[in-house]
Amino acid sequence: MTISLKINGKSQDVDADPSTPLLYVLRNDVGLHGPRFGCGLGQCGACTVHIDGRPTFSCILPIAAVGDREITTLEGLLEDGKPNKLQQAFIDEEAAQCGYCISGMVMRAQALLHSKPNPTDNEIRNYMRPNLCRCGTHTAIMRAIKRAAIA
Amino acid sequence: MRLRRVILAVLAAGVLVAVGGLAWAWRPAIAPTSANQTISDRKTIDRGAELAAIGNCSDCHTKDVGVPYAGGRALPTPFGTIYASNLTPDLATGIGTWSEEAFRRAMHEGVDREGRQLYPAFPYDHFTKATNEDIHALYSFLMSIPAIHNVIPANQLSFPFSFRPIIAGWKVLFLSQASLENDASKSVEWNRGRYLVEGLGHCGSCHTPRNALGGEKKSSPYAGGAAEGWNAPPLDASLVTAHRWTVDQLAEYLSTGWHKLHGAAAGPMADVAKNLGQASKDEVHAIATYVASLSSLPDSKPAVITDNVGKSPPADIAAIYAGACAKCHNDRNDVGPSKALSLSLSTAVQQREPANTVRVILHGIQSYRTGGGPYMPAFDAILTDTQIADITQYIRARYTNQPQWTDIKTEVLKARQEAQP
Repeated sequence: MTISLKINGKSQDVDADPSTPLLYVLRNDVGLHGPRFGCGLGQCGACTVHIDGRPTFSCILPIAAVGDREITTLEGLLEDGKPNKLQQAFIDEEAAQCGYCISGMVMRAQALLHSKPNPTDNEIRNYMRPNLCRCGTHTAIMRAIKRAAIA
Repeated sequence: MRLRRVILAVLAAGVLVAVGGLAWAWRPAIAPTSANQTISDRKTIDRGAELAAIGNCSDCHTKDVGVPYAGGRALPTPFGTIYASNLTPDLATGIGTWSEEAFRRAMHEGVDREGRQLYPAFPYDHFTKATNEDIHALYSFLMSIPAIHNVIPANQLSFPFSFRPIIAGWKVLFLSQASLENDASKSVEWNRGRYLVEGLGHCGSCHTPRNALGGEKKSSPYAGGAAEGWNAPPLDASLVTAHRWTVDQLAEYLSTGWHKLHGAAAGPMADVAKNLGQASKDEVHAIATYVASLSSLPDSKPAVITDNVGKSPPADIAAIYAGACAKCHNDRNDVGPSKALSLSLSTAVQQREPANTVRVILHGIQSYRTGGGPYMPAFDAILTDTQIADITQYIRARYTNQPQWTDIKTEVLKARQEAQP
């Protein structure tokens, strides 16, 4: 079945079963590898993308449910092909260990900064709760978010 | 003639409430203690901590991401917003100046140290059953925790509810201080459970319906009530559920928040279960013994497992269910990932109102995240309001034989509104 999706500002037709998770379509059909497959059950946040600006687990979002809502992936944050302020802050703070969770972390943090440009430490901790990091780089992730917030 | 008699009766009742209320309304202040003088042994303090867990005190008296017992949590009531008090022994903002006598009076009579009437959002209509010994342990525990300076905002209640002395009239109508008599026909454990459930546990505060004045309807105890937008299911025989609760199942559910034939405690009940996890197995088993007895029927009914999979729903809703729900809620009647069960076992899906199903889908179940317990992601950003309403109806039709719910979308909007900070 052909379903039309709005991905990073462009309209794209995909041919897949309507119950297919958006994550699979993004990675396998559209070729966007920013969002990662972690648990596939909405537990870890590695697959986080924005749907109409809100951070969303794409692994449990069937494409039938997306409708005409705007999808933004890690790739969609780039500005003129370069990392945006938050992405650059993650690079500068070396906030990744294995890096698997980082795409999801950036997406969730970006949504926070959009709604609250200068969050407190507690607000960051609360907001980032749904996303897990196994390596324990949380302090570096905190620094990166604060760097982007102040800059 | 008849009308006149009714009018007279109402007048007489009014006078009674007024006179009784006056007697209640005037309560002297109890002199402040200059500092925390309580010296208690560790055993009493630990016992107090266990009783505080059974009473679920920290749930209301802790703000989201706040220090336990430091208060400040906003409690929505039909009469306005009440802010939970600071129970830490801080002299200025907590109960550091309260003597044990003052604390006992608050628990038994709903009057604060300064003699002011306390709103029954603080469930002293239950706590009044607590023994002096248990109150001594609770007091010792509260005086042993660190004092936190936390100024509590003023309540936002509409007139006349903002006028505290009217609470005295409420007490005449709804506060019964009679202590529980031992029921010799029942086991020691049942009697213990009743003491905890009717007293500190205050289960009826949510699970018993309330009248227009906010009093528990004593004519229909445990027939199901409400809590923070959620429905508190009935604990009596009117509960609709696939499997009837046994004592052991209830004990496991109450202390872990989950049972494989019933599912997870969600909403306000999740905090209750987390607290009961801190209580001893014996106490929880006693509670379960009493609660299970409320719904016992002469004949044990067989389980009613429903799956009307043949009823064909709109294709897009079935696809959303398959992609968003069925990975965890598999229908093999075994435990799926994140401890998800088949929805045919869910009490929420069987209830008269869609309130709990809608709220679980919107907010997920996050309470046990750090404890390896049941988990469900929040779908508030994943699905639209219409999709959540459609999925809710789909689940209802597929997994129950109950009448369809009406106006689910209004409930979705209401639940979203409540979640706004």
